Formats: sequence, C-alpha cells, structure tokens
Amino acid sequence: MINQFGNWIRESQIWGSIFRHGVPRDRRTRAMAILSNVFLHLHPVAVRKSGIRLSFTWCMGGITFFLFLVEIVTGVLLMFYYRPTVEYAYFDIQGLRAHVTLGLLRELHRWGAHAMVITIWLHMLRVFLTGSYKPPREFNWSVGVILLVLTLLLSFTGYLLPWDQLAMWAITVGSNMARATPGAGSEGPLSAFIQIGGVPLVHAGDDARFGLLAGTFVGPNALLRFYVLHCVFIPCVVTVLLAVHFWRIRKDGGVSGPL
Amino acid sequence: MDSILASSSTIDSVKHFINVACEPHWFLIISVAAFFIFLIGYRTWTKPAVAATVGALATLFFLVSCMDANFAKIVTKADNVPIVIMMVSVSFLLWLGFRQAAINDERMEKGEPLLEAGADDKVLVWPDLVYSELIALVLCTALLIAWAILLRAPLEQPADPNVAPNPAKAPWYFLGLQEMLVYFDPWLAGVVLPGLIIVGLIAIPYIDKNPRGNGYYTFKERKFAITTFLFGFVILWVVLIIFGTFLRGPNWNFFGPYEYWDHNRPAALLNTEFHDLFWINFWGVPLPKHYLMRELPGIILLGAYFVLSPFIMKATFFRKIYRDIGFMRYSMLCVLVLFMVLMPIKMVLRWTLNLHYVVGITEWFLNV
Repeated sequence: MINQFGNWIRESQIWGSIFRHGVPRDRRTRAMAILSNVFLHLHPVAVRKSGIRLSFTWCMGGITFFLFLVEIVTGVLLMFYYRPTVEYAYFDIQGLRAHVTLGLLRELHRWGAHAMVITIWLHMLRVFLTGSYKPPREFNWSVGVILLVLTLLLSFTGYLLPWDQLAMWAITVGSNMARATPGAGSEGPLSAFIQIGGVPLVHAGDDARFGLLAGTFVGPNALLRFYVLHCVFIPCVVTVLLAVHFWRIRKDGGVSGPL
Repeated sequence: MDSILASSSTIDSVKHFINVACEPHWFLIISVAAFFIFLIGYRTWTKPAVAATVGALATLFFLVSCMDANFAKIVTKADNVPIVIMMVSVSFLLWLGFRQAAINDERMEKGEPLLEAGADDKVLVWPDLVYSELIALVLCTALLIAWAILLRAPLEQPADPNVAPNPAKAPWYFLGLQEMLVYFDPWLAGVVLPGLIIVGLIAIPYIDKNPRGNGYYTFKERKFAITTFLFGFVILWVVLIIFGTFLRGPNWNFFGPYEYWDHNRPAALLNTEFHDLFWINFWGVPLPKHYLMRELPGIILLGAYFVLSPFIMKATFFRKIYRDIGFMRYSMLCVLVLFMVLMPIKMVLRWTLNLHYVVGITEWFLNV
C-alpha cells in the first residue's frame, strides 16, 4: 500500500520534473543523485573511505557551515523584531525575551555564533595537523584564513547590536585599536606628519576609527553601521568565499589523504 | 576575616598555591613547559589510559574548584561557558589528532600502512557521506537547542557611555589581542601584530616546503611546523584567551582563580624602562639628553634580536630548514617567528622585571 503510493508519487510528472534520476539504489542513480542536485553537487560523487572517517575530519568544517546556516535563519527571524536605533534596540531585545512565544531565537543565534568561532578554529587545527594546506591546497587554505577573519568580524559586529553595557564597551575597547593605525589613526605613528600648512589631515574626526564607527564614539551611527555590516555586507562576502572554498575542495581532489 | 580563620587549612594553602601558580609569568612558563613536555612525550601522553587519567583528573579538579565561590562565579558566567567548552574541545581534539599521529609515526617506523591508507578504496557520497552529514546536522541542531534552553543569552544594563564597566573587555575571541596591548604600543599590538597573524597564517603553505605529512596525521615528519603553529594557536591564542577571561579583573589586574575581584586594588605600576636599567642602574650615569642616544642600548638589543638571530639560527639549528626553503622563505619565516616569540619574552620581562618598554621613543610611538 505504502509502496504503491510511493511509486505513484515517483512516477508522477511533478516528481520526474524535479528529480531527473531514478531512486538512488544502484551506482549510476546514486552518482546522478549527487550530480543533478545543485546543493549536493558541492560533493564529489565518490570519496576516499578514510576521508570521511569522523576521527580524521572531526566534521568541524561541516559543522561550521551548518552553524553559518543556523545564524542566517535565526538572524533573518531576529531582524523582524529588532530596530537598529538607540531608542529601540535594547528594548526590542528585552521584548524578544518577554513577548515572543518560544523565544529561543536570540539564544540560538548567540550560542551558535560562539560555537561557530570555536568550530572554525578547530577546523583550521585539523587541516593543519593533517598537512592538508600543502600543495595543491595552498590557495584554499588562504581562502579559509580570510573566512576565519570574516567569521570573527561577523561575531564582532553582532556583539554591538543588543546595545547593552557589555556590547557597547566591548566594541569601544575593540575599535580603540583602530585609532592607533599607522598613518590612518589619529593617535597612530606617522599620522602627525600628514598635514597641510600645519593643519593635520588625520584627526579624530576622519581617521580609521571614525570610518569604523561613523563617529568619534560608539553611538547611533556605529549601531547602524555595524547592523548593516553584520546583516548584509559580511554575510554576502562570506557566502561568495564559501562557494569558492567548497568548489576548490572538489577541484583540489576532495578531502585530503596520503598522496 | 574568613581567610584569616581558614588560612591554616590545607584546602586554603592549596588554593593559595594555585593562585600563585596562575600569576602571569608562572602561568605562561607552566603552560609553555607543559606544551613542550606534551610534544616531547606525545606517544606516551596520548595513550588512551594516560590521556583518560589526565582528563579525569582535570575534570575532578574543575568540579572541586567549582565549590569555591569566586571560581564558580567566573566559570559559570553565561558568556564564559563557551570558553570552558572551547578548553575541553581543544584538549580533546588535540589528543585525538596526536593519538593518530603517534599511531601513524609508529607504523611508518615499522613500514606498515598508515591509518589513512587505502586511498583508492572510494565510497559513493550517496549514501555514505550524505547520511553521516544528516546525522551530524540532527545532532548539532539538538545540541544547540538544548544549549539555548538551558542557558539564557545574557543581557546587561542598557548601554551608557557615561558608565564604564571595570574591567572593560573586548569580545572573548579577541582577548589575546587585548592582552598584547599591555605589552606593546597600541599600533603594534592592535594593528601590526594582528595583521602579521593573518599574513603569517596565509603564508604558511608557501613557506612550508616539506612535502611529507600531506593528508595524514603525523608529528615526526613535521616537528618544526607543528610545534610552531601549535605554539601560536595553543599558547598565544587559546591560553591567552583563558588568561584574559578568567584571570583578568578590575583595572586589568591579575587575579588568581580563587581570588575575589577586588575593585579597590590599584592598577599595576609600570616604572622600569630599559634605558633606566642600562644607564642608571648598570653604568650609574644620568640618562643621555637626546632620545636616540638614550634608547641606543634598547635599539641595539632589539636590532640584534631581529637581525643577528636569523644568522645565528641559520648557522645552528635552522641549518637544514634554511637549506630546504631558501633565502626568501627563510627571511619570511624569521620575521614571523621572531615577532611571535617576542610576545612571551616581553610578557616574562614585564612580570619579572616590571619592564615597561625595551625601546621607548614616545616621540615616534616606537614603544616595544
């Protein structure tokens, strides 16, 4: 009965228009299942047996990607409840706790972000310990390092959004470093030499920190700027680089193994 | 009052001992020593029985420590829980990696095939890989939801630019960088050194020309590369995050794990400059008037560190590495490694001699 129903579905025009291969039961259809699916074709068709052993890969890269997807889903949902202005930000977060049914969104988003920072480090550790950055994978290691930096920046820009004391002061400490950028920060070396007729060109009102915060302190402009970077700009860049990263894994011969 | 009454008890003296052992220079020296003891004896340490004993003792120590109010308060703070998770997962996975490296190294010595051998036995991604991915996905979702239910995301008082918390800490994953700010001028600690970390990481595959150890766990074939990377990752990144999270308190003072975070303890005084040590304490003469002359000994010392040590290392224990990778790569390697090692050197000097800067030309922001 159930089998008959299953067959009826699989033989329908709708099913056939979506999945162009038969049930993945033999070698050919199983290969087709990977090749003809835009998401699954991130994988090669076949992999080394040792390359998918959990003790070899630790699954950390995959978990990092999974957490990135969790962050996108919960992040989009959070955007419905949150307004990035000094008047509303903090109270919207409070409201999330008080008024939203099953309000785990922020917990999932925050702990997911912490976990993602940890798993991406562990992924890098595994790739290093197995020497998987060696030729032909040098370039993909570099892409991975950029992704690591972007993950930290994603977490850093998100840190400000709850607009509580922890957020504001952590970003104050973090962004103060930009003030010391050589030649581009008002309190950095070389900056004092950049001047026209005694008027300094690099000062607190236009230096690197100002560019980051859109102001001389962590205020409403910084909140908006971090919000846009956090929700739009950095996720887009990460998505593009992830595509490169995954594509290169396949092109460089899949999960590494002894040559 | 309490501490006076209980000072004779054994527990308190043990706590006191651990507090002292966590003082910055001891903490760093003990971590580095433990790091090298682990690497030298990695085949013994990674044996399941030994590792399980060490893990059990560490867990026991952690649980007993949680009975101390000051320890429990800082460890169970919601935002610090991820750091405890990180400590556990880094330790466990380091064990797992080195366990396989030990097995592989032994097999290579005996001429047996590696754990990862059989590169030609391929399995189909559907079903072998997609199903394990599905299981991982379900497990991670369940774990994350459980974590989210058990632990609420903290929310402090609304942001107030007029009330600065003490200590004001950067996000936890940047605490290693914040710790560097204590030892170097901000443009170095906050901009140049983080930049060098990123550049250095990207440069690894282009500097490391060792063709062995590609795609399998080994330590024996890549001793230098693994030691250097792990020194940066474990000691200068993870250990400094642990240090910054659990042991840095008000006024950025150091507090032992069982100490109360006393807001009235004054910030540490930094009053020893290298030029004072050299001109006044050693030669007994007043400081030279011109700042270049004043800082000359520090500049020479630092110059020797960066210029002479590559030549000395090349002639001694880096001889083989230099032959393998050539002049350009060796120069890059030296710049990166010397900057990396500068950090622990400066930390120990700071905490033992209270040394502020080796070269302190405030006029040029050149404070190292």
